[in-house]
Amino acid sequence: MLTIEGLRVSYGAITAVRDVSLSVGEGELVALLGPNGAGKTSTIAAVSGLVPAQAGRILFNGEDVTRVQAEDRIRRGLTVTPEGRRVFANLTVGENLRLGAAIRRDPRGVADDLERFLELFPVLRERYAQPAGTLSGGEQQMLAISRSLMSRPKMLLLDEPSLGLAPQIVARIFDFIGGLKREGLTLLVVEQNAEQALRFADRAYVMSSGTLRYSGPPGDLLDDHGLLKLYIGG
Amino acid sequence: MDYFLQQLLNALAFGAEYSLVALGLAVVFSIMGLVNFAHGEIIAVSAYTVLFAVALGLQSPLLAILLAVVAAGVVAIAFERVAFRPVRNAPVTTGLLTAFGVSIVVQNLFVLFVSPKPQAVSILNGINQIWFVGPLAISALQVMELVVAAVTIVALVLFLNKSTLGLAMRAASRDFATVRLMGVKANRVIAAAFAISGTLAGIAAVFIIARRGSVTPDMGFSLVLKAFVACVIGGFGSLAGAAAGGMLLGFIEVGLLVALPQEYGGLRDTFTYLLIIALLVYRPEGLLGRKVELGDKEI
Repeated sequence: MLTIEGLRVSYGAITAVRDVSLSVGEGELVALLGPNGAGKTSTIAAVSGLVPAQAGRILFNGEDVTRVQAEDRIRRGLTVTPEGRRVFANLTVGENLRLGAAIRRDPRGVADDLERFLELFPVLRERYAQPAGTLSGGEQQMLAISRSLMSRPKMLLLDEPSLGLAPQIVARIFDFIGGLKREGLTLLVVEQNAEQALRFADRAYVMSSGTLRYSGPPGDLLDDHGLLKLYIGG
Repeated sequence: MDYFLQQLLNALAFGAEYSLVALGLAVVFSIMGLVNFAHGEIIAVSAYTVLFAVALGLQSPLLAILLAVVAAGVVAIAFERVAFRPVRNAPVTTGLLTAFGVSIVVQNLFVLFVSPKPQAVSILNGINQIWFVGPLAISALQVMELVVAAVTIVALVLFLNKSTLGLAMRAASRDFATVRLMGVKANRVIAAAFAISGTLAGIAAVFIIARRGSVTPDMGFSLVLKAFVACVIGGFGSLAGAAAGGMLLGFIEVGLLVALPQEYGGLRDTFTYLLIIALLVYRPEGLLGRKVELGDKEI
């Protein structure tokens, strides 16, 4: 569904991502692991279209989207939940969810989906009319993922959903992500928290210093503690 | 009592006008970080459009009002397309200089092709009447200006809170990149901001034309400086702050006019700015502004 070929991302003279190629098949959950500063978020930024790719191609559903504007990638079904959640702090929880469905033209379907997420995360219903900035980190992450899902994506990219959250909250969020995979959603999850990310992953990639260092089944990474330690420092 | 009511209405009407123009500045600033000093020229273009239309035979005041508002909205969008879009990702100062450039070019076009002197536009003079309510003589123009400004602000608030584009604009004032990730086109949000800003300027222009009965090339410029001050008082980037700041500025000006003895009348602006400086020393972020730590700015 998503194929990245020879991606390079640079900020001025600094190259953050060098010759990265990876792919995510339909219905797969793929984990992209690596330490801080490995270039994971830059890879996601290039896939989302917020940062240009200096070299390489990004294919989504067989279509070359490398030069497609960020605003138009979500219309093709490629949705990103950015690092640090980035909920709209000055908008209410409800407004955040409505804005997540900005590209949709079926008000009834949007209302149904809204109801579904409020059912799933009762705290979002309780805080519906409150500014999203008043939510806790875990609640904001639930809101950010729900907001992304309001666009009814074919594929969801999650950038560090565990960032800054307590372990039991992280486990809950990954349970939810595992549920999304069972529903058939294609997912690419970028994480430093390898243990959680690998729970539901079909395959894994490991990045370090801007390049791919490993790709293969998650089992090998979990078994081989040396490998995980080497790249992730965990 | 009569005098007091009259001055109160004066303050409210001036405040309403400053609020409308300040809101126009704030809508664009909150989204793009651009202080559009060419905002006054939107008012001028709107007024000159009415002047030209009258010269071509326009007679209906209602159509003239409609024309003034539409022309302002259109020219605001045109400024964005032609002047501001090419420098959108440039440093803030580039946008500021571009705005001054647009302002100078437009003013001089009117000087060159029309005249530097005031041109009479009397089509809207009908609005400028006196209503007699019992013993009171009330300016219809001022009452209408107040009512229209209030209705406009309510409409703007509804738009920003109810429509998807309005939500996107509010969100974009804090985090434009993530708004784009929602699939909302950046060009659309910015064009909407300019259209709203221009429409607000056009509404203000209607009242300015009706009050002055004439147009000049620099008619909008000093007003935009006032609106800029209103934004600073209210807290730059805050829409509620711009509206409140405009109103407060109207009250300060009229209040000083009433309070100052005749021989100090010329010092009104001096005292106005002294009061504003005092306010900013006490609250540097303005009345309703957010404190922003410059050392910890998110990129």
